[in-house]
Amino acid sequence: MAEPRVIIVGAGPAGVRCAETLVSAGLRPTVVDENRRDGGQIYRRQPANFTRPYAKLYGTEAHRAQALHETFDALRSRLDYLPNTLAWNISDHKLHVVHEERSRALPYDALVICSGATDRLMPVKGWHYAGTYSMGASQIALKAQACAIGRQVVFMGTGPLLYLVASQYVKAGATVAAVLDTSPFMRRVAALPKLLARPAVLFNGLALVAGLKRAGVKVLTGITPIEIKGSPESGVQGVVFHDARGNTHTLECDAVAMGYHLRPETQLADLARCAFRFDQETRQWLPQVGEDGRTSVPGVYLAGDGMRVLGADAAEVGGQLAALALLTDLGRKVPEGELKGLRAQQAQMERFRQGLAQAFPWPAQQAAQLPDDAIVCRCEAITAGELRRVVCDMGAQEANRAKALSRVGMGRCQGRYCGHAGAEVIAHAAGVPVEQVGRLRGQAPVKPLSMAVREETE
Amino acid sequence: MSALAADVIIVGGGIMGASSAFFLRKRGMSVILLERGLIGQQASGVNFGNVRRMGRPVEQLPLSNRSREIWLKFKELFGEDAELLLNGQMRVGFTPEHEERMAKYAQEAKDFGLGMQMMGGKALRERFPWLGPEITSGCYAPYEGHANPRLAAPIIGRAAVREGAQVFENTEIVNVEKDGEGFRVNAADGRTFRAPVALITAGAWGNLISTSFGEPVPMIAKAPQMCVTEPVPYAIGPTTGALSDDPDQGVYFRQVARGNIVIGGGGRELADIENRRAYVNPRRTMIKLKNAPRVMPAFKHLHIIRVWSGIEGYMDDSRPIMGPSARVPGLYYAFGFSGEGFQLGPGVGEVMAELIHTGMTTTPIEPYHIRRFTNLAANAA
Repeated sequence: MAEPRVIIVGAGPAGVRCAETLVSAGLRPTVVDENRRDGGQIYRRQPANFTRPYAKLYGTEAHRAQALHETFDALRSRLDYLPNTLAWNISDHKLHVVHEERSRALPYDALVICSGATDRLMPVKGWHYAGTYSMGASQIALKAQACAIGRQVVFMGTGPLLYLVASQYVKAGATVAAVLDTSPFMRRVAALPKLLARPAVLFNGLALVAGLKRAGVKVLTGITPIEIKGSPESGVQGVVFHDARGNTHTLECDAVAMGYHLRPETQLADLARCAFRFDQETRQWLPQVGEDGRTSVPGVYLAGDGMRVLGADAAEVGGQLAALALLTDLGRKVPEGELKGLRAQQAQMERFRQGLAQAFPWPAQQAAQLPDDAIVCRCEAITAGELRRVVCDMGAQEANRAKALSRVGMGRCQGRYCGHAGAEVIAHAAGVPVEQVGRLRGQAPVKPLSMAVREETE
Repeated sequence: MSALAADVIIVGGGIMGASSAFFLRKRGMSVILLERGLIGQQASGVNFGNVRRMGRPVEQLPLSNRSREIWLKFKELFGEDAELLLNGQMRVGFTPEHEERMAKYAQEAKDFGLGMQMMGGKALRERFPWLGPEITSGCYAPYEGHANPRLAAPIIGRAAVREGAQVFENTEIVNVEKDGEGFRVNAADGRTFRAPVALITAGAWGNLISTSFGEPVPMIAKAPQMCVTEPVPYAIGPTTGALSDDPDQGVYFRQVARGNIVIGGGGRELADIENRRAYVNPRRTMIKLKNAPRVMPAFKHLHIIRVWSGIEGYMDDSRPIMGPSARVPGLYYAFGFSGEGFQLGPGVGEVMAELIHTGMTTTPIEPYHIRRFTNLAANAA
């Protein structure tokens, strides 16, 4: 039998470790990655000719970043690497990829999707003004280009990235006007037992918060975002919020970094026709995965934050687990001991994840309270009021129906950024549980596809 | 459980069923409309959105014209706007043979009020400077246009409800039975519905029901392949389609008022009617990327942001099934519109209401009678 054709999508921690394990087993996988260089979002490598040292770029994670980059460099001759290549569609055991305006269909026997995560966003009135960035984009600006998103930046939302990116901004010399966390402080205390599953990570997190305070940054918990003030001409001018006691404050700033933890990038799993399930804990639909990243579709595996947000370290473990699952399914012998060890590590990561979910909850109630004139879908500029109208006046209680009638989720992002909040708005307006609203069906292309693209003829 | 009853039961809540319900109510008949999913969710909701007459068989133009009259007063009649935009329609060709085909049609259909104008490549480009240099001829019909399929059938459905139709969504039916003088429709949840008249407007699923009454028809379910660009300033005007020698290489597009350009063509895929899913074949998206810039070179600067498909019923002779059953008194059909039903929808509803209410219609629909396939039933038996 010919060597099985294995494609890995993504060259972040999960993709690289998956590739490493497959190469060790004698396979030659193809690694497709949207970025120009390997490392994923978290260990994004700076452009050629940029010379910032590892410690400066990746802080406490410098050794992990360096190890991952070196691993991938060493693998390069033993795999086929397609950087700067977008996987835009899947059909009939073929991955459709586009690179420099050429589209190719790559047949596969097994596909490992390590697509990572993006910011989970909750709309707030005024979030469409220029100067509002997602937390991830704020970090990319710094990591890739050594740019800050503004001179006076407010970090608002919740989740570990809120503190990490704010700290990185302080270190880089930017002015952080405030860190505003929607999660109440007591949730963090309650989550401590689970967070102690990874004491070193917990310690790093606490050190970040302490560091911010030492630097004189205002850090508030239990806040409620009310509005981002601004104008179409000058963009963001300030943030209005309620503190934990309900008092209203206004902070001047020229940029806001927003994010409510992360959400898996699941479009490829959707296009591969994997089954999804509703996750009550985080109030979102996730691909249904069995042990070690097997999906409902034979030959399709998931690993890393694109499956479930467990963070970079867990992604490295997940990548190896998916590789071992794939090898097992190919009838290869895999080392039992190694498998057991990885699963045990993953269980510990999972416990920590539950702690994070508990400490930094998705503030679903904010969607319910969005004023009618706040924009929910930024691509199509559709307000909460317009969405509520199709729910209440036209009976659209299901996500795709509400999309069809209101356009929420119909634009460039296809609901990746507005889908979760949109579902909460629909659920509240309809008076139904959010899982009943369902999820937006994913359609190709995964990202907008240039019409200059032509099919490659062999 | 007691049976719900009305003068007419309509099975299938697409644009045909919703319009029929509306116009039957206008005639004072009581109506039950049964829809397995949501109103206008299948072919009626996912098609290209053409509100055109040009290109239809000449025999169909009276029906199409009747429908046009309703489209022109859509908002007034149904209470909401379906984004109807009447900026004309244009077919363009690349060869003398294409020009001949267009000119022949313009001649045959000249008495139906379409106002078609044949134009040469140069004249076309003067009027529509965005057209590509390869185009040698075209036919422009100024009164045609397009509307938003996602909105149209649901609007008509809501209007039917306001007129007093009983609309049951999310109602899966098991079968339609002849029951004495009338019909009984059994729903999967145990409810039953009764009426002396049944109208089957079940689109790609219509032949399952006609077959159960001994009237099979040669229909297959196909999935059209659509895509849409990001919004750009409104500039195109007419809905534009390119002729081609191979139907798979055809392409057509329309720009909506907010700027996005919807692109269809590139052939169709087979659809899975059992699971009610239809997919876009990436190859067909690529065909559109290749052919659309031949018509409008500026397409090269745009992006496709989304593709979609749906399920349409195609007859082997491309003609719909429309009219009374050939076997069962009180049974009527309107399905199998072969990818061309959206514009006809409101007209079909009015004609079917007229036919059911008065026993006849002033609009010629004889070519669409199901009896043209009676030999199929004989062969099956």
